[in-house]
Amino acid sequence: MTSLSHPTAGGTSAPASPHSVVHTKVYGDSEHLQVPAAAAHVSSEQMLDWFKQMLLIREFELRCMQAYQEKKIGGFCHVYIGQEAVAVGCTAAVQHKDPIVTAYRDHGHALARGMDPKHCMAEMFGRIGGCAKGKGGSMHMFDRDNNLYGGHGIVGAQTPLGAGLAFGCKYMDEVIDGKPNSRVSLCFLGDGALNQGAFHEAMNLAGLFDIPVIYVVENNGYSMGTAIARGTTMAHSLITKAAGYGIDGYVVDGMDVVGVYADMKHIADKCRATSRPAFVDMRTYRYKGHSMSDPRKYRTKEEEEVFEMHDPIGRLEARLKTAGLLTDDSLKAMQKAVRDTVRDAITWSDESPIPPMAELYHDVFVEPWGPYTGSSQPAMNGGTANQPSMRTIDTKEELS
Amino acid sequence: MSAVREIEYRDALREAMSEEMRRDKRVFLLGEEVAEYNGAYKISRGMLEEFGARRVIDTPISESGFAGLAIGAAMMGLKPVVEFMSWSFSLVAADPILNNAPKMLYMSGGQFGCPVVFRGNDGAGGQLGSTHSWCVEGLFSNVPGIKIAIPSNPYDAKGLLKTAIRGSDPVFFLESERMLGNKGEVPEEEYLIPFGQAKVIRSGTDCTLASWGRPVHFCMEAAEEMQKLGISCEVIDLRTVRPLDIGTVVRSVKKTGACVVVDQSWSFGSPGSELASQVHRHCFDDLDNYVHRVHSADVPTPYATNLEQEYLPNARKIAEAVRSATYNL
Ligand SMILES: Cc1ncc(C[n+]2csc(CCOP(=O)(O)OP(=O)(O)O)c2C)c(N)n1
Ligand SMILES: [Mg+2]
Repeated sequence: MTSLSHPTAGGTSAPASPHSVVHTKVYGDSEHLQVPAAAAHVSSEQMLDWFKQMLLIREFELRCMQAYQEKKIGGFCHVYIGQEAVAVGCTAAVQHKDPIVTAYRDHGHALARGMDPKHCMAEMFGRIGGCAKGKGGSMHMFDRDNNLYGGHGIVGAQTPLGAGLAFGCKYMDEVIDGKPNSRVSLCFLGDGALNQGAFHEAMNLAGLFDIPVIYVVENNGYSMGTAIARGTTMAHSLITKAAGYGIDGYVVDGMDVVGVYADMKHIADKCRATSRPAFVDMRTYRYKGHSMSDPRKYRTKEEEEVFEMHDPIGRLEARLKTAGLLTDDSLKAMQKAVRDTVRDAITWSDESPIPPMAELYHDVFVEPWGPYTGSSQPAMNGGTANQPSMRTIDTKEELS
Repeated sequence: MSAVREIEYRDALREAMSEEMRRDKRVFLLGEEVAEYNGAYKISRGMLEEFGARRVIDTPISESGFAGLAIGAAMMGLKPVVEFMSWSFSLVAADPILNNAPKMLYMSGGQFGCPVVFRGNDGAGGQLGSTHSWCVEGLFSNVPGIKIAIPSNPYDAKGLLKTAIRGSDPVFFLESERMLGNKGEVPEEEYLIPFGQAKVIRSGTDCTLASWGRPVHFCMEAAEEMQKLGISCEVIDLRTVRPLDIGTVVRSVKKTGACVVVDQSWSFGSPGSELASQVHRHCFDDLDNYVHRVHSADVPTPYATNLEQEYLPNARKIAEAVRSATYNL
């Protein structure tokens, strides 16, 4: 297989040799998993499903870019194009009850986790139909029903939360229900987040407390305009960071959804069984700019083209066609279905009303007081079941 | 004749940094994307080329680390300028910037100063949501030992930043993404603006409007509106909130008898509440009404445009406050 030069190459502390995003053993100390698809029991239905999901995410993101140009989406918006196989493969490798938390490049995870594209799009349109009623925006996607614990805008913020979600699962099972831990948590982060203190504290805690969280570094080679080797030490062997915390590290090709699934299934099963954390250097690439205003001058067209040649969608398409699972006609039908879904999501979001002004003071506290009108679903947060923890303050009455 | 030209707020910041770096080799700039990318907001464009990689330094996304590093370098006698892409991201560096920088001189009994400037975008940038829209002056003005500048225009930005860099104490310099492209007159000649000197930018007789940073522009809009109703507003741009030029505000309120304070940070325990309290104290007998305040709503910053607009201070809210403060409802 061709060896792709990932931006991990170069830099002061990395050897000047390109690394590969495919499953070839390049660095002696990396544990490159190569769980064969067959061993992971991948069915044709699964592969077709992942293919559809990746098509959906890509179409969704392309239309997001368009909507951003049309000013229907505001603020910062980061698209996931190129990285689709990561969210889709990882999500498939765990169970729906397993919590997921990620950073601000989060639309792909939301869709892969099962969020209705309408709710995802409407959130970005700032409409009441959004997954957070238009209060969170592109960087802050939350979906309780699908066990998606956000979308977090501050780089690295989600990494201790990921440990906490897994800690919470284990505590509930073992301490409250008296049974073995049944869940693993997936915590996604960018390669840039490796340099936040919070991440290192979280890794230490996870290693120390036997917390079943999997840190998936979506190593797309860049944090904004900074190539990974300019921002982090040991860029060529990120798993050495994990070793420092006694955590198993893996390198996975994030451009091949079947491989992502197979490797992540192996890793997740092991974490679940042993109740231990893991760290994954997931090699991937973002095709577009960091956000909507990035001319990408820090890298070459050639580099982009090499990765686009190994496109996760293109690769699976070829594989499905070779296996006789996909024809030009069925592909066209799928593409049309996906376009329709996204078009519907946009129409629906356009029609969804803007949030009423009352939302400004709603969801600040679970319990109402002063100007705050409580929260939409207090039962979800134990609100109504709780004893009121403060007396009702009627400012007008108190001061008259 | 002094040559005056119009430049953008971002250019004014760059000129201040570059001039000070030419003047003093101890001054250097560090932060995320400041060098090779020319700055996330193009404030440091061209600086790497002029000063080289030893003095214009790209950092990883490690705010706590590089803020602390700058403080250590300042203790060693250097004069770092640290760019936070946004002040919202300074919160992960809260310990070094709040526990080290402002207290070093005091804790060391005067042995180690901390001449470091932290600067970056502050306040809502336009639908950036709850995590990215901090007005950190609400938090940080509570801490003794730091100076805080919040310039509203290119001229003040340049003059205050040069003063900040040349000074001997830690400075938090709060800019605004929404103003970086604003143009204003800036002379070619060198000038410095002292901290603690407010500017009366519109004179009037009926009500004093006191503000800093971006909301100053909303105050000017509101003053214009009020003029149509025959209410004459005096607008004061405080320019720095630490130190706070209370004298200029008091002199104005003694004349107008009414005061509206406009502060984009949250109301509880804010620079706005401090200013109002000081005005109440010094103008107790001069005020015809209590000091009115316009702040952001007391909730996290919402994303949706309509909610965010309602959340932020604006000319309409200021005008309402002026009418209430002057009994013109
Ligand atoms: C603490 C903090 N510092 C800076 C930023 C601004 N910022 C947002 S994304 C980003 C780059 C992150 O890169 P990476 O972690 O590799 O994720 P990617 O964008 O590649 O998905 C930066 C610097 C932030 N959001 N939070
Ligand atoms: Mg990255």
